[in-house]
Amino acid sequence: MALTVTPRVRMPKTAKAGDVVEVKTLISHDMESGYRKDSTGKLIPRHIINKFTATFDGQEIFSVDWHPAISANPYQSFYVRVPKTGVFEFTWFDDNGTTYKAQQQVTVS
Amino acid sequence: MDSLSDAQTRRVFLKLTAAGAITLATAGAAFANAADVETIIQKMTGGKKPTEGRITLDLPTIAENGLVVPLGFDVQSPMTESDYVKSVHIFAESNPNVQVADYTFTPLCPKAAIQVRMRLAQTQRVTALAIMSNGDAYIARKEVKVTIGGCGG
Repeated sequence: MALTVTPRVRMPKTAKAGDVVEVKTLISHDMESGYRKDSTGKLIPRHIINKFTATFDGQEIFSVDWHPAISANPYQSFYVRVPKTGVFEFTWFDDNGTTYKAQQQVTVS
Repeated sequence: MDSLSDAQTRRVFLKLTAAGAITLATAGAAFANAADVETIIQKMTGGKKPTEGRITLDLPTIAENGLVVPLGFDVQSPMTESDYVKSVHIFAESNPNVQVADYTFTPLCPKAAIQVRMRLAQTQRVTALAIMSNGDAYIARKEVKVTIGGCGG
């Protein structure tokens, strides 16, 4: 297990009102599927990120439930519209109850 | 001598895989997991039969590494309050768990398109099911050949 889970988000910091922008996200995580066995033949327990959400000024715009078939260090890209200056917030929900968050302020010029 | 025995092993291997391919082809829909996918789809659409089309599935024909298979989709939709894509579900029928991901979209999304990386245990068919805001269901499938499997082992 990676010691630190680092969420990364890449998206434009400025946009015109109503612009459609692509958001690319990446988070470092083993996404242990629960189907692998260790050297003694015992199943390694499942430990994945099971949910990802994106909100704009607190309103949910996009979410996804992940199952063990998502690769390690999950990459997720999607599209959002920038209606006005505001904050996009991204949240990853770990099986162990932890949440990882990333924020991005987008300014409408 | 070595090269000869190598060639023989290869021949035997090829024969075996050819035989395997035939068994797989004849078994076809008999896969328990493929049936699982159908059951889940039925439950999600409320028994409605999904129509082919409107989904563009972006998947490689041959995946060199089953642990990291790039998957993308784009569902045609105006994405307005009254007509948008509600959810998209991805299934891999020969994985130990057939569900891959369940996407939820809102009218705030400009388009129902994503990119992600997934695991495929073996060569298999990947299914995408899109459910629209009016309850219509669309489906797209693609066969992906996997040369090195993902998911445990």
